[in-house]
Amino acid sequence: MARTIAVELANVTKRFGDVTAVDNTSFQLYDGEFFSLLGPSGCGKTTILRMLAGFEYPTSGSITIHGREMGHTPPYKRPVNTVFQSYALFPHMTVEQNVAFGLEMKNVPKAEIKTRVSEALELVRLGGYGNRKPRQLSGGQQQRVALARALVNQPEVLLLDEPLAALDEKLRKEMQLELKGLQERLGITFLFVTHDQEEALTMSDRIGVMNRGQILQIGNPIEIYERPTSRFVADFIGETNFVSGTVCALHGNIAAITTAAGQTLRGLAQQAVQVGQPVTISIRPEKVFLTPISNGTLPSPPAKHTNAMPVQVERINYIGSDTRIIVRLHDGSTFDVWESNTRSTLDRDEYWQPGEAALLSWPEENALVLTE
Amino acid sequence: MAEETLVRPLPQATTRPASRTRWGKRALQLNAFFAYFFLYAPIAILVIFSFSNSSFAGVWGGFTFDWYIRLFQNARLMEALRNSIYVALISTALATLIGTLVALGMERFRFKGRTSFDAVLYLPIVIPDIVMAVMLLLFFSTALQLINGLFGTALRMNLTTVIIAHVAFNIAFVAVVVRASLKSFDWRMEEAAQDLGANEWETFRRITLPLILPGILGGALLAFTLSLDDYVIAAFTTGPGFSTLPIEVFSRVRRSITPEINAISTIMLLASVLLVVASQLFQSRQQR
Repeated sequence: MARTIAVELANVTKRFGDVTAVDNTSFQLYDGEFFSLLGPSGCGKTTILRMLAGFEYPTSGSITIHGREMGHTPPYKRPVNTVFQSYALFPHMTVEQNVAFGLEMKNVPKAEIKTRVSEALELVRLGGYGNRKPRQLSGGQQQRVALARALVNQPEVLLLDEPLAALDEKLRKEMQLELKGLQERLGITFLFVTHDQEEALTMSDRIGVMNRGQILQIGNPIEIYERPTSRFVADFIGETNFVSGTVCALHGNIAAITTAAGQTLRGLAQQAVQVGQPVTISIRPEKVFLTPISNGTLPSPPAKHTNAMPVQVERINYIGSDTRIIVRLHDGSTFDVWESNTRSTLDRDEYWQPGEAALLSWPEENALVLTE
Repeated sequence: MAEETLVRPLPQATTRPASRTRWGKRALQLNAFFAYFFLYAPIAILVIFSFSNSSFAGVWGGFTFDWYIRLFQNARLMEALRNSIYVALISTALATLIGTLVALGMERFRFKGRTSFDAVLYLPIVIPDIVMAVMLLLFFSTALQLINGLFGTALRMNLTTVIIAHVAFNIAFVAVVVRASLKSFDWRMEEAAQDLGANEWETFRRITLPLILPGILGGALLAFTLSLDDYVIAAFTTGPGFSTLPIEVFSRVRRSITPEINAISTIMLLASVLLVVASQLFQSRQQR
């Protein structure tokens, strides 16, 4: 599939004094895709967005949009528009005037401005709100005005800087779906900056996970969650259990690891590893199973569960959809296990009890061997 | 308003002995009464006696508009009033322009020596008027001597030197007021405007200026009032034959206080009140 490149960053570095905000980063955005930059605050994701918008210029490296070098092009000459975290609506203008502003700056004829503004307001379901002032609108409505104000200009790339961060939980979920639907319908390239992993997973075609000014991994949501290539990504996206050890044997892409406690565990090695190499195994809490031990006899683990060890249930957190169980291993370390509550019952005996003995097991492909 | 805030009982006040609370409240009421009395009684007396049909300023001789009519027939007072307004308008316009630019520059940019510049800028606000006046007098006489010597002119101090002097101290006041309003200005508005295709000038004209206009008007109003009000600096920097209203009033008062002075003061008072009300109305409309 030949996809045209909308945005390309090549070896971009940005320094503020002694601080390196973006460190020799390269990546591409394809036309019409929803790309998220995901990372903790201060990882450099907003700096990348601001360099694309033209509010900052890279210290070195090049940024091109549809093949045109942006260099030191000022923001008002770039084919991009931004939705700001704070919305930055102009308080002295009506909703209509806010949305019309970009078109006026481009000297679009008055009649065309009128139709395009009302189309844009219809698009974000704010038809009839044109004469209000921004402060007469709710947070979600202001958010949609900011969106309309940017989209009306038909930007080649729409930059979104944590636009949903200020909304409450329920509204945020609604806006996520609305935003994604809008992006699919319009086919505009979105660069979405967020620190919320669930938001990124829900909306994105591809995600770039950032830390300390660098992009650690780029992939679709399933790849990012199921096959993290580094300890940071495994830890930042979702939750996981880490066990460190040394590689003791290799069978194809399955590596056997000896842990500090002397146990042997198996996991999927994505990168080439050597025997004797220190590694970390990452096992997601929902990808392991607990089998009760009754009368002290060890049950046999489910089929294909090549990793199995006896544990003791320590704590149970019932959170509705799941029960989150913390178990203690024989070497004293703890391990998180999530069980879906697929049955509806009030019977306490159907749930795990603290102190209960159990067999913890998982198939080898559910564990990932990470080298960093 | 302030009185109400002061006497509103605190939540824990209900548990205090009732007598103590009542005495506290009384004392506060009395205090407020005296504060307002000392502030407004002289003003009231001034206004009342401007309508008194007696040629002694402190004697009530029945109601009359005579002093106002006489005032408008008094050529010297009227000329002084025109001079004052002329000086105030031009010095306010210049000081507002320069002061606003200074405030914008100080708020937006971080530059070397900014802190010292900051401190120096506010000097005209803290140094006594008389020092400023002597300073400016020395400056003007030296400068005029130099210019006259170089070009063979015969320039003397007149209303233009007063205007320059008023601009000099009003820049600081305008800058302070405008900077205060810039503190609450969201600079991301400028980024948003540029993002939507507005260049620097369009951004300033369409976004920044309308949003900080109440602050600028506030600064201009202050400058205008200070210029109208000023006696000391104007007296030192004007030349013979060019009187502003405060200079004229003062020279008359030295001879005798006439109800005419009361009348012109009342008019000035009314003008200031109207200016303040107008600016308040404008600011509230700006926010709507």
